[in-house]
Amino acid sequence: MAELKAAPDTARELLFGDEWEYAPAPQSADHVRLADRYGPFIDGEFREVDDCFPSINPATEETLAEVGLANEAIVDDAVSAARSAYESHWRDLSGTERAKYIYRIGRMIKEKSRELAVLESMDGGKPIRESRDMDIPLVAAHFFHYAGWADKLDYALPGPGRPQSLGVCGQIIPWNFPLLMAAWKLAPALATGSCVVLKPAETTPLTAMKLAEIMQEAGLPPGVVNIVQGAGSVGEALVEHPDVDKVAFTGSTEVGKHIQKQLAGSKKRLTLELGGKGANIIFEDAPIDQAVKGIVDGIYFNQGHVCCAGSRLLVQESVADEVIEKLRHRIATLRVGDPLDKNTDIGAINSKQQLDKIRRLVDIGEQEGADKFQPECKLPENGFWFPPTFFTNVTQSHRIAQEEIFGPVLSVTTFRTPEEAVERANNTEYGLASGIWSDKGSKLFSISQALKNGVIWGNTYNKFDPASPFGGYKESGFGREGGVHGLLPYLEVPAESWHPQKAPTNGSPSTRPASSTSVEASPEPRADDT
Amino acid sequence: MQRPSTATSSTATYRPPQVPSVDEVAAKERASRLATRSIKTEAKVEGLKRLIAMLDLTTLEGADTPGKVRSLCQKARQPDPNRDSPSVGAVCVYPPLVSVAREEVAGTDIKVASVASYFPSGQAALDERVEEVERVRDAGADEIDVVMNRNAFLSGEYGRVHREISALAEASGDAHLKVILETGELETYDAVRLASRIAMDAGADFIKTSTGKVKPAATMPVTLVMLEAIRDYHLDTGQKVGMKPAGGIRKAKPALRYLVMVKETLGDAWLTPERFRIGASSLLNDLLLQIEKERTGRYYSKRYLSLG
Repeated sequence: MAELKAAPDTARELLFGDEWEYAPAPQSADHVRLADRYGPFIDGEFREVDDCFPSINPATEETLAEVGLANEAIVDDAVSAARSAYESHWRDLSGTERAKYIYRIGRMIKEKSRELAVLESMDGGKPIRESRDMDIPLVAAHFFHYAGWADKLDYALPGPGRPQSLGVCGQIIPWNFPLLMAAWKLAPALATGSCVVLKPAETTPLTAMKLAEIMQEAGLPPGVVNIVQGAGSVGEALVEHPDVDKVAFTGSTEVGKHIQKQLAGSKKRLTLELGGKGANIIFEDAPIDQAVKGIVDGIYFNQGHVCCAGSRLLVQESVADEVIEKLRHRIATLRVGDPLDKNTDIGAINSKQQLDKIRRLVDIGEQEGADKFQPECKLPENGFWFPPTFFTNVTQSHRIAQEEIFGPVLSVTTFRTPEEAVERANNTEYGLASGIWSDKGSKLFSISQALKNGVIWGNTYNKFDPASPFGGYKESGFGREGGVHGLLPYLEVPAESWHPQKAPTNGSPSTRPASSTSVEASPEPRADDT
Repeated sequence: MQRPSTATSSTATYRPPQVPSVDEVAAKERASRLATRSIKTEAKVEGLKRLIAMLDLTTLEGADTPGKVRSLCQKARQPDPNRDSPSVGAVCVYPPLVSVAREEVAGTDIKVASVASYFPSGQAALDERVEEVERVRDAGADEIDVVMNRNAFLSGEYGRVHREISALAEASGDAHLKVILETGELETYDAVRLASRIAMDAGADFIKTSTGKVKPAATMPVTLVMLEAIRDYHLDTGQKVGMKPAGGIRKAKPALRYLVMVKETLGDAWLTPERFRIGASSLLNDLLLQIEKERTGRYYSKRYLSLG
């Protein structure tokens, strides 16, 4: 044995310094073609409008392009265009034909994936690694997945009657995953034969305009997809428009509740995908190093701008010190900065407004007596930035443990037993997503049964797949997106064809008695197709 | 998970430690995430030069002769005869050739490493393996790479594994002891994690993935799991054990990724040949080629690179 070990180093610390520093590795933005101005996309054309608003790069605060601001009249034009496209041809087009368009859009997204990824990072502030490796591949995958469903609706869904499309869908999406949320909304609507008016978020309008160009290029018939831009008032006009048959909204719980009130008593269908305060539960028998990775993926992915973020860490007391120490080491290696640098882990906060909200809640956390930890990191001068942060000594009654912060801020609480973990995890108004970390398979299953969440990850976090449904319980909303479940909110399934007397007691229409399946679910269009 | 609060050195009472379990899927994901780090320009040149100094330039063939080892040592001293470049960390040869290597690298900082304890299988009685380690030590090796007894490990005799490595560590004297786990034969990351801890408890100065004779040899996830074991051991005991992935690392790009893993798992204190080595025979020329490419902006033909 050699001298190195003769004198044990008493400083049991790890230093993540600049002994060997990475050089800047910026992704080139030369191939991004961007017009100075984009009008609303209506009936297959970009309209000229007088009012415009800038879309800025949150990492530099520079204007990238201007976008036409919609108003009630423009929203009305968009809905009319969608209605006439729907009634003149789109609703009568066969699933096979619709699938061709959707598939073509997916292919073109793949072809232009580099440009879309870079623009997504420029407009929204997310690291290029994430837009390149997560967002854009999932966008394409979503279109491919739903292209596959378009001609199989008659087989896939319960009831011998043919599922009917809805008509015109008003879709409002948030700024955290601009293009991905557009894909989640558009792909199932197109697959099921509806036409769409989409309103992207006002801070991230640009990739949706590139998507509009792709739809033009793909030859999608005019009016099938229309895109209007603006803030809440435009969304409100869309929601209230009398000729809209369905509203799909992803965003804050506050706005979701408002929309639900607006629609009360109307015939419009509604799905809401709202906020969350996801619990990431680490048991003492968890694979600790991988759980720490899961904590980081859960809360620091996309600057924490994720509705299903694991923003509450529940860790069993017996391993709490170890987990917190490892988390401290781990976030010391996270790289905050230029979203276009390929080595950036945490990019820019999406907007000034969001940064102010994060700061306010973090201040409240400190005032309420929780202990804040932030690694040392140099933040750029311009732009909106917030370092990865976590709070310890947090209890259920702290506001940071209850309110959705929507930023890179984690609150850490401990628990003693599995029962207490479940109780704490469910002690929230939200019910979107949770993660469970344990080496015991039986524990994963029993805990997941007890959690009131739409999405539960076992020994992983923030994994998405177009085949897997996504959505919430409680004030996280209702309705599912993704997979076969994601078709249902966009279809009217004739009710008279059910067999209630034979149906299972849970009333699930998806488990129709097998005896009637083969004959009645015939794919052949029937004369009286009700 | 409970861990012993201090490393137990008494072999009689050694009880196998409980180590955290490893989730295979997530460990692989973490390794592949680290592999996406983009190392460019000056960071790349700096990394490549560090890697040369961290290299255990190795020849472990039945056909090795004094002539072959002299040629290897010349390459180790002067990797590129036309340009300045750092010399490698060590040369690694079979025991009968230690004296040749010793003579060739005399007067330089290059260490002489050798393999012992019935490399690569380790299938021999303990006293024979100890004796071989002593012989190699006496022949002047600075570093001795020994194989862990997989026979004992896989049959669950963890106490025996610990006892044997302790004996080999004692026999190695002042030489650095690198314990080869032969991860390709352990198969699971849980086993790798446990074996790493036992080897460190028993006094290993370095833990090393592979002999190079078994496939798979070094992989990124297995190296990551071992680095995490080293980190936990450091946090438990304050000691800094070194890491040596070996086998199958032939190109500069993957080698840089190993360096990234070290940087982001163990930090600055391990970015030194004292605590990180790569065992390889053909990597050196690719490192040189890439350094030249960064300097001149283009690749040159391999015929300009001398053989080792």
